[in-house]
Amino acid sequence: MAEKFIEVKNVEKSYWRDTLEIPVLNNINLDIEKGDFLALMGPSGSGKTTLLNLIAGIDRPSTGEIFVDGVDIAPLSDGMLARWRSDNVGFVFQFYNLLPVLTAFENVELPLLLTKLSKQERKHQVETALSIVGLADRMDHYPNQLSGGQEQRVAIARAIATDPSFILADEPTGDLDKVSAEEIMDLLSQLNKEFGKTIIMVTHDPKAAEYARTQRHLDKGELNNNHA
Amino acid sequence: MKFLKLTWKNSFRHKLRTFLTILGLAIAVMAYSVIRTSVDAWYAGASASSPNRLVTINNVSLIFTIPMAYKEKIEKVDGITGITWAQWFGGVYVDPKNFFAQFAVDPVTYFDLYPEYIVPEEQFQDFLSQRNSVIVGRKLADRFNWSVGDPVRLIGTIFPGDWDFVIAGIYTGTKEITDESQWFMHFAYLDERMKVEAPPRAGQIGSFITRIDDPNRAVEISNNIDAMFENSIAETKTDTEEAFQLSFVAMAGSIVAGLKAVSVLVIGIILLVLANTMAMTARERTSEYAMMKSLGFRTAHIAGLIFGESLFIAAMGGLMGILITLPIVNLVRVGLSDFFPVFKLDPITVMLGFSAAIIVGFLAAIFPAIKAVNTSIIDGLRIID
Repeated sequence: MAEKFIEVKNVEKSYWRDTLEIPVLNNINLDIEKGDFLALMGPSGSGKTTLLNLIAGIDRPSTGEIFVDGVDIAPLSDGMLARWRSDNVGFVFQFYNLLPVLTAFENVELPLLLTKLSKQERKHQVETALSIVGLADRMDHYPNQLSGGQEQRVAIARAIATDPSFILADEPTGDLDKVSAEEIMDLLSQLNKEFGKTIIMVTHDPKAAEYARTQRHLDKGELNNNHA
Repeated sequence: MKFLKLTWKNSFRHKLRTFLTILGLAIAVMAYSVIRTSVDAWYAGASASSPNRLVTINNVSLIFTIPMAYKEKIEKVDGITGITWAQWFGGVYVDPKNFFAQFAVDPVTYFDLYPEYIVPEEQFQDFLSQRNSVIVGRKLADRFNWSVGDPVRLIGTIFPGDWDFVIAGIYTGTKEITDESQWFMHFAYLDERMKVEAPPRAGQIGSFITRIDDPNRAVEISNNIDAMFENSIAETKTDTEEAFQLSFVAMAGSIVAGLKAVSVLVIGIILLVLANTMAMTARERTSEYAMMKSLGFRTAHIAGLIFGESLFIAAMGGLMGILITLPIVNLVRVGLSDFFPVFKLDPITVMLGFSAAIIVGFLAAIFPAIKAVNTSIIDGLRIID
């Protein structure tokens, strides 16, 4: 039996707009195995990004528990959660979210500044990450000197630079053309297969979802039980 | 240290905006420093005064005289170790705009009571030997290109007529704040002519200056002097030299108060400018801060980046302000030398100007930092599904 890595237990999430409660997630139960590549799909407003944020520890559930590698992250303080994220989570955003004033190298180095690694060790980590994503020759380029696909690859390099336990990708191909989207999905697939990274990806795109080992569908805040 | 590069790069993300903000800060620091130096210049006379000297004038006003005959009584007051006197001359050199302070004094006793005026011995002996000779300050001599031996004619206003003088000597000050723009002539030269041309004005002087043995007794001695002339035709008012000088500042009290208010206002305005810059900066980077927080950057990191950038810009503005203050103060000193004999940039003013910039940098970052720190990652990324 595969090792259970992430356990989402009876999670509910609501937002408040003034006195109006807006339920987003309803009684979510989800187990993700170590080394899995999960695609969370669903229409807009279904709650898939909210679920991703909860698993990432950048939002807190209204009720329920989320265990990651045996650690219940919901009760952690803000500071502890920040430290936990820097140690365990790699983020890939739809719009890359690179800092425009930093080069590709410096962007990838950003999360490593929070570690105790020496400058030389950081350099090694950054160069390795950029080599994996195929941008070793673009280290000194600024984001505006890169194509969208290349920017997303830099973002992926940033996500893996700290060698996190798992990678969360929110619509990683949403802002890319077809060719670039395929390159990004190939890269994520490679990270999953060759490097054993657990990946949770939110996507609208059925083609992108095909790269995942598992697909789960959310609709109106509820997780469908049928696994793809 | 690891984040300095990011702070540096962030500071110059909008080069024009940053440059204009730094320039604004620099101009504000310069304006603050020049205004404060101007205020110091008003007080220069008081700063240069001696605690051992008292000044006695007519109780009604400085423009009224007191009889020379008072000297005999005043010098006998207990605690007084020296006495001299001076009379404002008020002549015009070529053109009324060539204003400078002219005093008719008793040569020996006056320079004895003012040891801060240094006159070469040979020149001083020449001054003593010639009634129509004068001693002038180095700055005054430089201003009109006067040299020892030059004849100078003044046109009297308070004491009408043409008055011919010869420059006998040039004095320098022992301190930087000593006024080197004054003119000292023989009182006897003035008084003898008054005896002939306007006898009622002879034997009248503007002020007695006395040296006392103990500054702590200044009030007591002042009271004793004034008590002797109560109910006389010319009651006196005696103060320490510092209080006497400050009374001149008080005459322009509103101007000085206005200058002080403007200096504070300048700092307030630039605080708003920098605060606006930092608020715009933080607002533009909301999603970046959210991204950084999602990577594990904590409150202190985000606040540190904002404070670092604000303080860096403020420090740059402060330094640039100091650099442009130096030549500006020199220009003002030359331009206003008629009004401010001493116009010197005090190191304390430089420190205050730079400190004000740093404080502004700190204050300007507070609200943007609070907002950035309190914005949730979700709101920052705007990724609520």
